[in-house]
Amino acid sequence: MAPLDELKIGGMGASRRRVEDNRFIRGKGNYVDDIVLPAMLHMQILRSPVAHAKIKSIDTSAAWEVPGVRLVLTGETMAARNLAWMPTLSYDTQAVLATDKVRFQGQEVAAVIADDPYIAQDACDKIVVEYEQLPAIVNPIQAQKADAPLIRDDKENQATNKIFDWEIGDKTATDQAFADADVVSKLDLHYPRSHPSPLENCGSIADYDRATGKLTVYMTSQAPHIVRAAVAMVAELPEHMVRIVSPDLGGGFGNKVPIYPGYVVSILASILTERPVKWIESNSENLISTGFGRDVYLEGELALRKDGKILGMRMKTISDHGAFYADAQPTKFKIGLMHSTFACYDIPTAHLVSEGFYTNKAPGGVAYRCSFRVTEAMFFQERMVHAAANDLGMDQAEFRKVNLVGDDMFPYRTAFGFLTDSGQYQKCLDVGLKAIGYDTFKQEQEEARKRGKLLGIGISTMTEPLGAGNSREYDIIGIKMFDSAELRVHMTGKALLRTGAKSQGQGHETTWSQIVAHELGIPADDIVVEEGDTDSAPFGMGTYASRSTPVAGAAVAMVSRKIRAKARKIAAHLLEVSEEDIEWELGRFYVRGNEERGVTIQDCALAAYSNIPDGLEPGLENTAYYDPPNLTWPFAAYLCKVEVDAESGVWDVLNFVAVDDCGVRINPMIVEGQVMGGLTEAYAMANMQYITFDEEGNCIGANYMDYLLPTAWETPGFELHEVVTPCPHHPIGAKGVGECATVAGPAAFVNAVMSAIEHTGVRNVDMPLMPNRVYEALKTGKDVSGMPPVLSD
Amino acid sequence: MSSLYDVIPPAPPKGVPTRRTTMNVNGTSQTMEVEPRLLLADALRQALGLTGTHKGCDTSNCGACTVLFDGRPAKSCTMLAVQADGHNVETVEGLANASELHPIQEGFKQEHGLQCGYCTPGMMMTAKALLERNPNPTEDEVRWALSGNLCRCTGYQNIVKSVLWAANKMREQDQEA
Repeated sequence: MAPLDELKIGGMGASRRRVEDNRFIRGKGNYVDDIVLPAMLHMQILRSPVAHAKIKSIDTSAAWEVPGVRLVLTGETMAARNLAWMPTLSYDTQAVLATDKVRFQGQEVAAVIADDPYIAQDACDKIVVEYEQLPAIVNPIQAQKADAPLIRDDKENQATNKIFDWEIGDKTATDQAFADADVVSKLDLHYPRSHPSPLENCGSIADYDRATGKLTVYMTSQAPHIVRAAVAMVAELPEHMVRIVSPDLGGGFGNKVPIYPGYVVSILASILTERPVKWIESNSENLISTGFGRDVYLEGELALRKDGKILGMRMKTISDHGAFYADAQPTKFKIGLMHSTFACYDIPTAHLVSEGFYTNKAPGGVAYRCSFRVTEAMFFQERMVHAAANDLGMDQAEFRKVNLVGDDMFPYRTAFGFLTDSGQYQKCLDVGLKAIGYDTFKQEQEEARKRGKLLGIGISTMTEPLGAGNSREYDIIGIKMFDSAELRVHMTGKALLRTGAKSQGQGHETTWSQIVAHELGIPADDIVVEEGDTDSAPFGMGTYASRSTPVAGAAVAMVSRKIRAKARKIAAHLLEVSEEDIEWELGRFYVRGNEERGVTIQDCALAAYSNIPDGLEPGLENTAYYDPPNLTWPFAAYLCKVEVDAESGVWDVLNFVAVDDCGVRINPMIVEGQVMGGLTEAYAMANMQYITFDEEGNCIGANYMDYLLPTAWETPGFELHEVVTPCPHHPIGAKGVGECATVAGPAAFVNAVMSAIEHTGVRNVDMPLMPNRVYEALKTGKDVSGMPPVLSD
Repeated sequence: MSSLYDVIPPAPPKGVPTRRTTMNVNGTSQTMEVEPRLLLADALRQALGLTGTHKGCDTSNCGACTVLFDGRPAKSCTMLAVQADGHNVETVEGLANASELHPIQEGFKQEHGLQCGYCTPGMMMTAKALLERNPNPTEDEVRWALSGNLCRCTGYQNIVKSVLWAANKMREQDQEA
């Protein structure tokens, strides 16, 4: 019998075309706003026009008069039900509808529920709110001043605007390394606020059924099971009477992890009206009020030996979390996995100090396509490495090679205590250097300069921790970070797979089936994947931080192996031999020494329902919970070549080479899609995604006319390469990949532009590198800061 | 057959003006009584249940709501339904027939031109208008034509490939015909 061809059945390594596309290309996706329930009402939210103010009064009488209005809710009505405040995923509280003060522009103040969204909006416009404005704090430097107004006066024991102090590493050894250094290289920069901006905005439909006591919420969530637990706690509903359904999501990028006030208000509205209530925010509402990313001031220094060896690293971060500390972080780590910085470099000692502050801005710090602050960590790392190589007068590639962790050093314990386990860092860099023509670049650059052209080349290399847990160290509000998969093989050999992850475009419906095909030999087309409904999917922590393949994907492999173990017993029964005499090849068991005598996995499935051996449970289904032994550590080497126009500061990407080692690739087509998408977001952050705040805390750029997202016209092409170092602990050798490009990408673009203009003496231009900033740097030779302006005395 | 005409909407509240609007949507004439302020995107989604036309930005920037208006791409989130009175509107639901996908749909699947799928209907409608105007576009022409449609997932490279794949297939079909 010819063995099954794994690629033909859509197994591992097949660039299988996506199953979910069949509905999306027909316009038959099922996003929250597409769902219509009988007798559904519509909700709109009234938001604060100012960043910091006391609420003197709210008059809703005119709103109630609008025909078609069913309910008007304010902070007062929420407070009467103990719902004016809710807990966040970072052990803070957040106002659902404001009662005492508003603390950022766009904060939720009131809500109207009406027969249609137009009427609800009309009525919102008729609510009169009297504000007494207070001075606004727009950055953490301002927040620290002694006379700064206290933003969170609602909290007991909160005398200042500081949220946390946190540190890690060995201060004494690091101080010694700096004392011993030949050269100390320093860098200060600001990683600006950025908004993840999925094209689909957030929304929910809450449907409370008084007859059964069951609450169903259709909502835009990347982590529906966490929401179920939170809703049960906040709304004091029994958890088995709460069903969260996350249907198709129009992108997430971390923006759909937090729990937003609108969801909670729609739930109360449904309970009060006993009708389904739909809330769909507008794009401006999404941009002004939902999970921002980044906004961290990063300063640090490297202790260097003359020959280029890094002896130690010191770093301080000051982060701006907005008015509520609402980003999801693993509990132990206040500034996420910032301490994964420099993980790809062999550094004896390091020390990190972090401070977090409240400001009068929307809640920030969500992991925007990144694994908890890893984006900031790696951006600082690669900008710092770039500056250090320059300070030493060393070549950028050479300096990295001196310091990269070698292939023979794994498992490698980083200075901050992470355990990296595999990789071929030098090889990845070499592949990239060759592809971009690094050897001849210096000459090219000089010749171009003679012709008045400014060319630059930027390198970014990094490994990042993807796939939290393990559960010993990683949890969100105490819930351990593991994941699960449930597999049911039907009697005809077709199967249903469910996981606790939730795709937002990553293609789980396609790739999870490929893992099952690889493990069981059931063709991928015979497996249907379901996610996002907490009543049917097994518990999982959701999809963000590139954790789906490392954790849920591993659970899929493990549950398949459980199924195979049971099928083996059935096969032994069918073949009338003992289990020890059975061999497995893809899709088939056979008798050792007699390959012709065998049964397929499908034969075993049928027997599980029709011919069960004595003592064996009928059926062929199982569930696996997977707690990863470690994070996965993919590696990326990105190289970018740019040309800067000296007369305008405009820069163009001439060539971009991406070398990714994410271990074994389940579906190469999808991996490449993830890399290209991530690189585009990196380009966007480096080049144009600018959303900031003026002195009064007004959000500048809460629409796509001002907050520029790249289109097909300006987005550069990307040349992709792969290196494969299997993950030693993951059951199929895979590592996370969805975020590598967003994490390592920005520094490649910025280093390239800096390489083109640093002959003027400039050391740093903060992102985004808009033409006016690059122009200013070129003309003055001075650094350009991106810090938001503050009112001067 | 039903004798219960439950799709008839309730009468509008007193003082709310409405207008009878008839448009041809995907080849079928549709008449609806709408408030003049109702957006075309909302009319398609709510009145006709054509939810493949997505709403993204409300400011004409993202293009998720792109439909063909008398054959030309238009952003239905910033058009009024009444403006479509007497006009032809094509949406993503009109691309495939019962048995066959449109080559643009096939192209998007073959070349992995979508991830979350939210921008896809608008992208495909814009591409359809391009290929009807220019059956053999260059990569730059495709990129320029699509520059009114945002995608946050793919980085566009595969979207461009998808459109070129479709262009090729449509030219082949034309030659066979």
